[in-house]
Amino acid sequence: MSSPDEWTHPVPGEGPPATAAAPTAERVIAGLRATSEGGEDLVQLLTPEGERVPNERFDRYIADVTDEDIRGLYRDMVLVRRADRESNALQRQGQLGIWVPLLGQEAAQIGVGRAMRHTDMAFPSYREHGVAWCKGITPQQLLGIFRGTDNGGWDSAATRFHPYTIVIGNQVLNAAGYAMGQRFEGKVGDDSDGTAEATVCFFGDGATSQGDVHEGFVWASVYDAPLVFFCQNNQWAISEPTERQSRLPLYQRARGYGFPGIRVDGNDVLATLAVSRWALDECRHGNGPILIEAFTYRMDAHTTTDDPTRYRLSDEVETWKLKDPLERVRVHLIRHEMADDAFFEQVQAESDQMAAELRDYCFNMPDPPVRQMFDNVYSEPHPYLEAQRDEYVDYVAGFAGGEH
Amino acid sequence: MAAPVLSETNSAASTVRKLTIGKALNLGLRAAMEADPKVIMMGEDVGKLGGVFRITDGLQKDFGEHRVLDTPLAESGIIGTAVGLAVRGFRPVCEIQFDGFIFPGFDQIVSQVAKLQARTQGRQRMPIVIRVPFGGGIGAVEHHSESPESYFAHTAGLRVVSCSNAVDAYWMIQQAVRCDDPVLFFEPKRLYHSGNMKAEVDTAATPDPLFSSRVVRQGAAVTLVSYGPSVKVCLDAATAAEEEGRSLEVIDLRTLSPLDLAPVFESVRRTGRLVVVTEAPSESSLSSEIAARVQRECFYSLEAPIMRVTGFDVPYPPAKLEEHFLPDLDRVLHTVDQSLAF
Repeated sequence: MSSPDEWTHPVPGEGPPATAAAPTAERVIAGLRATSEGGEDLVQLLTPEGERVPNERFDRYIADVTDEDIRGLYRDMVLVRRADRESNALQRQGQLGIWVPLLGQEAAQIGVGRAMRHTDMAFPSYREHGVAWCKGITPQQLLGIFRGTDNGGWDSAATRFHPYTIVIGNQVLNAAGYAMGQRFEGKVGDDSDGTAEATVCFFGDGATSQGDVHEGFVWASVYDAPLVFFCQNNQWAISEPTERQSRLPLYQRARGYGFPGIRVDGNDVLATLAVSRWALDECRHGNGPILIEAFTYRMDAHTTTDDPTRYRLSDEVETWKLKDPLERVRVHLIRHEMADDAFFEQVQAESDQMAAELRDYCFNMPDPPVRQMFDNVYSEPHPYLEAQRDEYVDYVAGFAGGEH
Repeated sequence: MAAPVLSETNSAASTVRKLTIGKALNLGLRAAMEADPKVIMMGEDVGKLGGVFRITDGLQKDFGEHRVLDTPLAESGIIGTAVGLAVRGFRPVCEIQFDGFIFPGFDQIVSQVAKLQARTQGRQRMPIVIRVPFGGGIGAVEHHSESPESYFAHTAGLRVVSCSNAVDAYWMIQQAVRCDDPVLFFEPKRLYHSGNMKAEVDTAATPDPLFSSRVVRQGAAVTLVSYGPSVKVCLDAATAAEEEGRSLEVIDLRTLSPLDLAPVFESVRRTGRLVVVTEAPSESSLSSEIAARVQRECFYSLEAPIMRVTGFDVPYPPAKLEEHFLPDLDRVLHTVDQSLAF
């Protein structure tokens, strides 16, 4: 299909049957373009080959990063990837209803996650397992959503990590409001004592088409909110390439709203750390908001229910594997003798143990009590709902075994 | 923070003032803002202009631009940022300019506002008030006269209330702001500035609980149940019926979710007859819900089928037809006759 007329008025019966499971030429081109088009504005500090690239503007934001810090970033990424792979496997074994893989986006998430202070608030979408890790949320705590025992098992106020938001784009407005509140409370402007705050909201390339994201850009800008819009462009919104969302590179949209936008190599943890530190610093000093487009790649499916072979070629995935976010740090550490075998073996052993604990935890997660769905719908008394709950709990209790 | 209006009241050594519904809401909001510095107003034109209905008149001048926000023109933005502000510890009071404009914010209301408490197992409160001027009878163009309350009463996690008079307006808005749950607050816009609706409001009184219904006129023959602007229609009908020797009991629901139907059950057990009056269309509505619950609780007391006088199941009509759409005194009395004929 080539003409707009055909796109909007397809002839019934034309085109391959749904079972053909082959990407169209158009999609192949879109995908291949993505692998080659980070563009000249892409901020990269560590090449896929593990070479450190000097950058006049951003080097100072990681000038204090020690060898140990880089080993720490590597460890973060290994553990987060391992938890992701283990959770994916748990879904395949029927232990989780669904899993949302993070594979390939570890550097983007660890980079920004480690740039945030504890007092900075995060509003995630639903793939931010790496950011959750940085916020002190364990892989175990993420499982409830995907096993169906709860809708988020962490304390969002204490961790400053809002519950996962499934409706695409909703959280961007919520984050804008929170960041407005930080400003209203005087937490923006003076960071001399390190108490200034900022907020980061997370969304994908597909979400940029949502009205709520557009409104979030408007609100954050007119209220000068200390908000970092962190868009992980992983090239695919389920089956739709980024070109179905935008004519323009996404980071350039910020200009239309009156704030800076920047594209960073989302597979480069050092670049993402540096750019995020810069953006958070700007926001804390009252120069927000800022849009960061982390140019990355979703190496696995959208979720465990998705089949990416229907819309993209394995060649594309193979191309991106050469840009793997972990591999380039590993090579960097080895080449510059910043880590020895013992370090890598220790990280490996740690991830093995974490995976075993995660599996064990998952297998032993109890089903929630029936009354859980009734409780906390409201904070204040609600006689009708309470009567409904009591009647049903009694009803269930009437069966052999009662409520489990 | 100056509070010129209230202090004027106090200096007069009286806590009683005669107020319209609109002015009562204005004073109620002012009192809520004085009571808690985390209470903020948000909406289109609510600041300098005081809102298109002037309900927030003077608040920005006295409380500042960070507490009374003239927002960008985007209802999803108003509600969505209110959610974030509530997470931050604020208690936002959002004004939706007209009933028919709430739908761009519908997603945020049902997906986030309503569900966040349950999703976080109660760790995250959502003390947001969404004020909605609702109902018809003002001769407006499309989307300015609707009654969308049933959508929200249908949504778990929300509370829905409606005031019908100045005393309730003054107290209920303050109680809604203090409530830790999200409250949709429906205001009878055509009565805002009606001189006939002026009532004596005692700012030192103790109000009824927010989520309670109330018998506003006692009677014996038929029970009329309503809320918001239709309560006045029912009271007028009851006055007219009395001249014909018929005694109608009128109940103002006040709370639409949760419903407080105990006074309705008690009344119907005495009268045996119930007529529900709403401007909202009938199908799958609050009036359906009331009928379902009353037949369940009062089955052996009913002398006639439960009847409804409602807006028709059509899009709100052009202004020259709205008198036919809106329940009026004649339609109410006609339905009362039908009930009594059983």
